[in-house]
Amino acid sequence: MAKAKLMDFDKALELFEPVLGFEVHVELNTRTKMFSTAPNYFGGEPNTNITPVDLGLPGSLPVVNGQAVRYSISLGLALGCSIAPSSRFARKNYFYPDLAKNYQISQYDEPIAFEGSVDVELADGRTFTVPIERAHMEEDAGKLTHVGGATGRIQGAEYSLVDYNRAGVPLVEIVTKPIFGAGADAPELAKAYVATIRDIVVALGISDARMERGNLRCDANVSLRPYGQEKLGTRTETKNVNSLRSVERAVRYEIQRQAQILADGGTIIQETRHWHEDTGATSAGRPKSDADDYRYFPEPDLLPVVPSAELIEELRAALPEPPAARRRRLKQEWGFTDLEFQDVQNAGLLVEVSETVAAGASPQAARKWWSGEISRLANARGAEAASLVSPSDVAALVSLIDSGALNDRLARQVLEGVIDGEGSPQKVVDARGLAVVSDDGALIAAIDEALAAQPDVLAKIKDGKVQAAGAVIGAVMKAMKGQADAARVRELVIERAAE
Amino acid sequence: MSEITQEQVAHLANLARIALTPQEIESLTSELGSIVDNVAKVSEVATPDVPATSHPIPLQNVYRDDEPGVTLTSEQALAGAPDHDGSRFRVTAILGEEQ
Repeated sequence: MAKAKLMDFDKALELFEPVLGFEVHVELNTRTKMFSTAPNYFGGEPNTNITPVDLGLPGSLPVVNGQAVRYSISLGLALGCSIAPSSRFARKNYFYPDLAKNYQISQYDEPIAFEGSVDVELADGRTFTVPIERAHMEEDAGKLTHVGGATGRIQGAEYSLVDYNRAGVPLVEIVTKPIFGAGADAPELAKAYVATIRDIVVALGISDARMERGNLRCDANVSLRPYGQEKLGTRTETKNVNSLRSVERAVRYEIQRQAQILADGGTIIQETRHWHEDTGATSAGRPKSDADDYRYFPEPDLLPVVPSAELIEELRAALPEPPAARRRRLKQEWGFTDLEFQDVQNAGLLVEVSETVAAGASPQAARKWWSGEISRLANARGAEAASLVSPSDVAALVSLIDSGALNDRLARQVLEGVIDGEGSPQKVVDARGLAVVSDDGALIAAIDEALAAQPDVLAKIKDGKVQAAGAVIGAVMKAMKGQADAARVRELVIERAAE
Repeated sequence: MSEITQEQVAHLANLARIALTPQEIESLTSELGSIVDNVAKVSEVATPDVPATSHPIPLQNVYRDDEPGVTLTSEQALAGAPDHDGSRFRVTAILGEEQ
């Protein structure tokens, strides 16, 4: 594959206006599939989470998952869309073994949600409104593995293997209208848009939204036109973009690639392109052609979806606070600096910190433990921070520190105990005997001993050189095996030295 | 008269992976043309107050609870497969075609 010539990004933007469009597929986390009772789970043994419906066996009939419809309506409402008073399913006909029926059940002329908009926040705080054309329900396809040939790719493969566990998983496809005016922000906007969709579906609790697992997939459409030209340029559709960073890079790449072709007097071919994470480039897929003639027609096996106004209003009333508004509110309530808040947000710990604060910890303490020690341990163990410990346990740990029962060093040991399944923080403290020695008698004995051993230090403290107390405090902490409250030790050292 | 052409029929046959002889294309063009003409006749009497319908049965909102049911084993799933590798369906080379 010859490497495409790329125009400098800034130069490309001097010459052309980029126009974007996105199709984002969201896998819903219902318990069962869109049209069958098979579990919505596609790890594990191939071809075990399937029913005759998922294989399109003769005599099998699809039945719509009511929960998937409710989730779809909620998502439509969160995208500011109108919900269709009546919508229906359609067959999208094509021959490809990722679905056994030779058609995908989708929605065509009557999507469940249409005409909305999403406010997307850029890193510098500006808000960009992305217009939504529609959101429709459909089913996911099975997974193909191409065998033979050098690259594991479809070209040159000897045969392919099909696992239908994912076939029939509920999807909502969100389609934007053409997005104008992003200019040099286009790559960032692409990333921020997908991140916003992810935040919305996570807030709604309707998808696991893990891009690396394909729960959320983005096809990015890019076209260029000379400034002042009304007519849209020919667009390409880049698929296989499965991380936020890739979305940004793929859009930037397509702008640079197309600009070079146009500047050289060439024409853009309307085609599907594939993003390659390793090379940071897109390559040509198939051209748009006759194969796109899907001969949609109304799905005769399914009945119209006619949501009542009551249902729509009930779901509207239950919508969570929009993610951007929630972020602004939390940042203010917590009194975090921009940097502190971004740290928490980028680490995906907003929910954890929020719940820890709700359980009684101060925002700063919650942030400190989640972004610090817990993230460090998560890293070391190759796990998600949120999976290691519950917000309520973190709040309990903070409370033990605040009450003076634990210092930070002991608290870290207690945290490890909690993570290792030894029970609540208090239980770990009791079981491991980790509490700070709060018995002044024991502390005073150790202090007197340390002062007697360092008469020069004692003299300095008596002279008012309080900072000299550090040496004594260190000795006492060592004698107490770290299980003392350093602040209390300091108070007592000064008290004893004065006597 | 119908606007169905032989090219359209050949195109549709190709999309549907149906091999047609030139004679079949010719007869189907005329048959499909009559069907389209008849449908057009019905459209003449349909007024704006007759809503379009995609289903003959006046039912809507037939939903299923989101409860998992019985699944096939991979042996059952593969029982009717022309070819498989023990757990997955095996299909012949797809070559240049892509999703």
